[in-house]
Amino acid sequence: MKKKYSIFALIKNSLSYHENWQRAWRDPEPKKEYDAVIIGGGGHGLATAYYLAKEHNLKNIAVVEKGWIGGGNTGRNTTIIRSNYLWDASAGLYDHALKIWENLSQELNYNVMFSQRGVMNLAHNQHDVRELKRRTHANRLNGIDCEWLNVDQVKKFCPIINCSPDIRYPVMGSTLQRRAGTARHDAVAWGYARGADGMGVDIIQNCELKAIKRNGDSIEGIETTKGFIKTKKVGVVAAGHSSVIANMAGLRLPLESKPLQALVSEPIKPIIDTVVMSNAVHAYVSQSDKGELVIGAGTDSYISYTQKGTHEIVEGTLKAILELYPIFSRLRMLRQWGGVVDICPDASPIISKTSVKGLYFNCGWGTGGFKATPGSGHLFAHTIARDEPHSLNAAFNINRFISGDLVDEHGAAAVAH
Amino acid sequence: MFIIKCPYCGERDHSEFNYGGEAHLVRPKQPTELSDDQWAEYLFMKKNIKGLQYERWNHSHGCRRWFNAARDTSNDKIHSVYKIGEKPNK
Repeated sequence: MKKKYSIFALIKNSLSYHENWQRAWRDPEPKKEYDAVIIGGGGHGLATAYYLAKEHNLKNIAVVEKGWIGGGNTGRNTTIIRSNYLWDASAGLYDHALKIWENLSQELNYNVMFSQRGVMNLAHNQHDVRELKRRTHANRLNGIDCEWLNVDQVKKFCPIINCSPDIRYPVMGSTLQRRAGTARHDAVAWGYARGADGMGVDIIQNCELKAIKRNGDSIEGIETTKGFIKTKKVGVVAAGHSSVIANMAGLRLPLESKPLQALVSEPIKPIIDTVVMSNAVHAYVSQSDKGELVIGAGTDSYISYTQKGTHEIVEGTLKAILELYPIFSRLRMLRQWGGVVDICPDASPIISKTSVKGLYFNCGWGTGGFKATPGSGHLFAHTIARDEPHSLNAAFNINRFISGDLVDEHGAAAVAH
Repeated sequence: MFIIKCPYCGERDHSEFNYGGEAHLVRPKQPTELSDDQWAEYLFMKKNIKGLQYERWNHSHGCRRWFNAARDTSNDKIHSVYKIGEKPNK
């Protein structure tokens, strides 16, 4: 049983110089057999294990991670959370996640630093204005808060944006989702890990998947660097490496893995208290609690598993940032990094059963999976436990690429997150 | 960032080139006879290889010609380039 984090625990532990805190999660060796094994110890995988244990009464579960938990895309994204997607299926999926975010710190007894500071999506031309107004209406019809700001309101809400009509792509308005915002990415992984571990889930780090053993059309177990693990259910949540794992089971997925980059500036005093995104010029920025500007760049066009992208992508993003925020021109960039994102042709994720019994995939989150972490885990757990999708993720099955019933979110999702 | 050797122009920075996806994909000869499964296989189900991949590039800011490359997607090292219609060196 986990000891609760509280002000009293903090005081009590301060008396022993904080040397006797309980471990947040154990470091177990794998057992011979589990009821279900989750491949991938990122936010989505850990959340899946958490909800499998909490809501579906499966207690004998393992999460297998080749590196350390939260060390992949969970620790590499720009932490933006929003649910202002155009299509009904996406709106349902992402708002489900947003509703869980709103109580997540309390539920996990772990401060995920969820901050509803609002997300703006800027319009820079007539087409943007029409599309974003359409999205505002679509969101409201789906019960998602969204409002349209004219240029004066944009200037008032976020004064540092350059709203001059003279810039190359002038700001012509913006959407605003006030319930949207950011969270602390590591804390999400750690909070779910601690919660899952407390319910008996084994989190096995430094354990790489080597093979998936099939017996005809069902799963027998997995071969790992720590030996064979018998299980009838395998849930794969491996982001950029999903295709590699699908290949182990003899499947193909409609994914392409590409490098996506982000960067942060040196820390400065609070200057931007919201998240501003612009799809048209590809610039988005927020400020972390440490004071760094967090800037997201784009993907490179080619397939790569290198976790590093090209310099031109960063350069292009920074040009757009400087045009929109001339006040940032003297800032130095502190760090830059890349992650490997798995992108679906329709820019929507896959949370689905497969043609192999007991094998499930949660992938294709592309450039914007972080925001969905709690909802994704919750729905994937449902899909694994009951062997059928929840109504909210039914549209996100693999077969949509055969039927043609795509969830085409390129307008809302493909560029910026 | 990497250098690509165009078979027509020689070594240039990759920013002069556009990526054209997996090479040697053959469009179905009789499209009207394909089932939905077969279309999905052709259109969407990618190899998405981690390792040596044969792929197309276009020297879009140079000679504008298409060619193929064999690149390792795990480290972006290009092992060989060859013209359209040619076979890669094994």
